[in-house]
Parts: sequence; C-alpha cells; structure tokens
Amino acid sequence: MKIVLNNNPAVFTQPSLTVSQLLTERNYTFKMLVIKINGTLVKKSEYETAAIRDGDDVSVLHLISGG
Amino acid sequence: MGIGRLVIADFDVVEESNLNRQYYFFDQIGKKKSLALKENIRRINPLVEVEAHEIKIIASDVKPLFGVCDVLVEAFDWADQKAMLIETMLEQMPRKPLVVGLGVAGWGAGNAIHCRRIDNLYICGDEISEAGVELPPIAPKVGMVANLQADTVIGILLREFVSL
Repeated sequence: MKIVLNNNPAVFTQPSLTVSQLLTERNYTFKMLVIKINGTLVKKSEYETAAIRDGDDVSVLHLISGG
Repeated sequence: MGIGRLVIADFDVVEESNLNRQYYFFDQIGKKKSLALKENIRRINPLVEVEAHEIKIIASDVKPLFGVCDVLVEAFDWADQKAMLIETMLEQMPRKPLVVGLGVAGWGAGNAIHCRRIDNLYICGDEISEAGVELPPIAPKVGMVANLQADTVIGILLREFVSL
C-alpha cells in the first residue's frame, strides 16, 4: 500500500497495517507519540486495532521533553 | 503591535535554575511563576490584560481556562504534558490553533530549528534535542524556539484578520 507518512510518500508491501505494526516496521520505539490518521487522533489504546490503508495520511509526532 | 489579553497558567515557583532561560529575575526566586510573569509583563506594558492561574494543568482544565483564547502556546517541560495538551486539543478544540515547542535543548545546530504545521497544530523546535541532565535547555536555543512560537502566533492571527 502507498500512504503519506509525516508528509512523505511511503510504500509498504502489506495491503494494510495496524498502527502498532507501522511503529514496529519503522522502528518508532519512542514512548511519547501523538498519532493521527486522516486528521483524526488515534489513542494509545487503539494502536493494536486502528488500521492504516492505501491512500491514508498518517502523522506520527514524537514528543520530547524541554521547555 | 502586540497581544492585548493573555491567559497564563503554571503551578511552579521560580527557582535559581530557571534564570538561565526563563523570563524571571533573581529577586523573584521563591515567587509563584504565574504571578511573577504577570508582574514582568505588566512592567513592560501595563495595558496588557493578564489572567494568571496558579494551577497544574490537567486535561479537564484546558477548555475551561483556554477555550476563550484565539491561539494556545504550549511551554511545558515534560513530554507527557505536551502529549496531554495536544490530545486534549485534538479531541475537544480541533479547530483552535496550538503552537508547541519541541526540541529546545542544548546549543549549536540552530539551523535545525523549524516550524511545521499539521492541520491546526504548529510545531516549533528542532524535534530532536531532548532536555535532560546531559543536555540542558539554555537561553539561546530556548529563546529561538520561543520567539519562533511567538512569530507563528502573529502569523496565525494576522492571517485570520486578513481573511475577513
């Protein structure tokens, strides 16, 4: 499937992925994340079930401390 | 040109270690930050209305305190607080602009500081430099990111006015 991930095109061999699978696939091991699919927030409790499909616009924001 | 009304919230007290980057002075050590900042703003311009809250913000505080504001600016220390605010905004006030600071620690590599937008979320910082014991946040970079946040706020407000 082809998606937009953090404003860049990304291609995966799988036809769809759960958010958890995407994080594993891309090695996003960070603890604090805010994830949106097509403009909608995906909560941490939904990572195992929320599906990413062809054409989706996904943003994975890594939050770090400091201010 | 400036902002006529500000709503600020902080539970914390001014400490000596804050003085390297936060807008407080030596004689304010021990004071509540929200009150000290209100004093400092009003010394710059007494015509600015400052509504100061001494409170540790949790998700349920966000809309009651900041729902009246046109733009929110995030300046928390910790990643989990930033996550809480971003998620709360996305769920409860997704059309209201939120400008966050992300990656403000250390020195050098100022070129990595940027501002990017995801819908109504604006992210300012280098998104890499996590503050910690080995990489403290200090004034120059913190100031650059804070000013970029302020500049972003002005851009948001002026576009809104222009679009009328």
